[in-house]
Amino acid sequence: MKRIITVTVINQSGVLNRVTGLLMKRQFNIESITVGHTENPEISKMTFVVNVADEQKLEQLLKQLQKQVDVLKVNDITEKQIVVRELALVKVVSPPAVRAEVNSIIEPFRASIIDTGKNVVTFQVTGSPEKIDAFIDLLKPYGIKELTRTGVTAFVRETQKVNAPQLSILK
Amino acid sequence: MKLTVEETEQVYEEPVTTEAPVQLNGADVFIETLKQHQVEVIFGYPGGAVLPIYDALYKNPIKHILARHEQGAIHAAEGYARVSGKVGVVIATSGPGATNLVTGIADAMMDSIPLVVFTGQVATTVIGTDAFQEADIIGITQPITKHNYQVKDVADFPRIINEAFHIASTGRPGPVVVDIPKNMATGMFVTPKEETQQVNLPGYQPTTTPNFLQIQKAAKAISTAKQPLILAGAGVLFAKASEELVAFATKYQIPVTNTLLGLGGIEGNHPLFLGMAGMHGTYTANMAIQTCDLLINVGARFDDRLTGNLNYFAPNAKVVHIDIDPAEIGKNVPTEIPIVADAKEALEALLAHGAPNGNTAAWLESLNISKEQYPFHYQASEERGLLPQQVLELVHEYTNGEAVVTTDVGQHQMWTAQYYKFNKPHNWVTSGGLGTMGFGFPAAIGAQLAKPDAKVVSIVGDAGFQMTLQELSLLQELRIPVKVIILNNQALGMVRQWQEAFHGERFSQSLIPVQPDFVKLAAAYDIKGYKIETFEDAKVQLKEALESDEPVLIDCRVVQKECVYPMVVPGTALHEMIGVKPE
Repeated sequence: MKRIITVTVINQSGVLNRVTGLLMKRQFNIESITVGHTENPEISKMTFVVNVADEQKLEQLLKQLQKQVDVLKVNDITEKQIVVRELALVKVVSPPAVRAEVNSIIEPFRASIIDTGKNVVTFQVTGSPEKIDAFIDLLKPYGIKELTRTGVTAFVRETQKVNAPQLSILK
Repeated sequence: MKLTVEETEQVYEEPVTTEAPVQLNGADVFIETLKQHQVEVIFGYPGGAVLPIYDALYKNPIKHILARHEQGAIHAAEGYARVSGKVGVVIATSGPGATNLVTGIADAMMDSIPLVVFTGQVATTVIGTDAFQEADIIGITQPITKHNYQVKDVADFPRIINEAFHIASTGRPGPVVVDIPKNMATGMFVTPKEETQQVNLPGYQPTTTPNFLQIQKAAKAISTAKQPLILAGAGVLFAKASEELVAFATKYQIPVTNTLLGLGGIEGNHPLFLGMAGMHGTYTANMAIQTCDLLINVGARFDDRLTGNLNYFAPNAKVVHIDIDPAEIGKNVPTEIPIVADAKEALEALLAHGAPNGNTAAWLESLNISKEQYPFHYQASEERGLLPQQVLELVHEYTNGEAVVTTDVGQHQMWTAQYYKFNKPHNWVTSGGLGTMGFGFPAAIGAQLAKPDAKVVSIVGDAGFQMTLQELSLLQELRIPVKVIILNNQALGMVRQWQEAFHGERFSQSLIPVQPDFVKLAAAYDIKGYKIETFEDAKVQLKEALESDEPVLIDCRVVQKECVYPMVVPGTALHEMIGVKPE
């Protein structure tokens, strides 16, 4: 099962290596990871998307992360009300003949054109990973020359549904 | 340009001010900080990158044990830490010095031994340039340390050392590496402000006090259990909770079994003790696990050598797991009542709770019958020759079960665990999790330094001993009375046993008929050696050797084909143990 996990860490060199090394050692596969510092420059936040086999494995993952000396807080936010965003840059073949068509396709996604060449256009799109998947699928027939995605970063929303399910160990 | 006398004086006088701080370099501060931590002995080996540290040590001495290989130094520190309950301190130089420590660091991580390991490093100005004797020891040791540091600013040095000792010795103990670039040791250090020394670890707050609700749940489970069982691990020893363990078991009349590393937590001859459980444990202990209705794990981690096939482990039991490391709870065995706490505090809380006893009389009765019916067994005869079990029974008898005993890994380790009945805690030093050959002998040296008046016996195999035998130099130099007993079967005994059982008796690379003459080898180090080939000789010579006040080496020529039984064959469940009765 796919889980979104945020890890708040002390911002010092080697922390990312330590956390990803731990996941590798315990045989967890990271699908994506984003890191950046928070409102406090001494503290960073990592957002992982990880695939885990079952609840027992997930519990191990959270506990092993929490055990690290530089880790302040670990949260599995998958089942909470969250805001999830990812950014993608997509370079698409778009000769003048189809450019208007391509531009109209991307319009509902509120993507922006950030670079244009004679036959290619580069779009920037932000949103949930599903939205970006859909965006990419739509552009595929035109020929994607290059694609890069940042991986997700996420926040827990201010207001939570009262009965949002939670893992027992996080209560 | 040649300076005139006046100019020289000017240059000399300029920095002198009325409030000049004491001029210490990083290395001086290092030694001072170790003294503040009451470090009484360092195990180490000098080299280029740690020259400034050794220079400071020369000026301001702390007892330093110069092992003959870094691996010997770190295993000795492990033995010291295990027996003394203090943090073991190791120093090695950069590159090869540091990489030679890796086995010991991994060993300490697996067995939760508190170590602070200082490694030299090339100067920060050249780190990353493949400089002479550079190795990325932070990267290398990241997965095998509790935490590691590289000093990047001399001002951080005292704080880092303070944090390293704090992390190594609190919570679940473990090794911490501090990597010291050479220019951090030579760099000048201005007398620190108070706050630069303070431990500041917001992400590290181990829980030691048990949750009261969980204790209540456990107490209730104990009162209603008919067949409860305590599995006591090394956590009991690290928490210094042997007394509480015995008091708890006695009060509620619950039988106790040990993990390999937990031995000594309860007296070997205690009526409630069932012996060690696991792959080569007692049949009674393993059957007790399989039939108990409540399993109270105190400070053990349900290692695979203990549990056998997990699918059939303790099928009827409700599991209570007391552990200071929350990540161990539920890792291998689903746990109904988790208690994150220090073993001592948890046992005290359970004792104070005053829950009524369950009725365990019938359970204890049946276990006592089983103990009588299924003791460890071996078949001795004059034709077969000397058996390792006989040697260990004699060692136990001659030392009254009070010696500090160290081992490597393998057959000799299992026989020692089976036949040496520890009367007291903190006397058992063995490489459990990592299973390190070459561990036992240097560990015995460290143990003897921790307890100078104790009888320290190192039981080793002929192969493992040859991995670190260079440390005989330390016995020669220090004249500490370690007794090295080699159970010499001219083989890698456990490898041979598995090849016999599971690989069609194809003894691939496990027989070692060509060996040094160990008695002559001992003589080369000015150590008295004995060679024992029969049980009759053993009775006389082992006694003499063990009573000596000098270091001795005893080469016991034991039967090669003897195998360790009983045994839980890998992949099978504990109750499927084989070899429980003599054939």
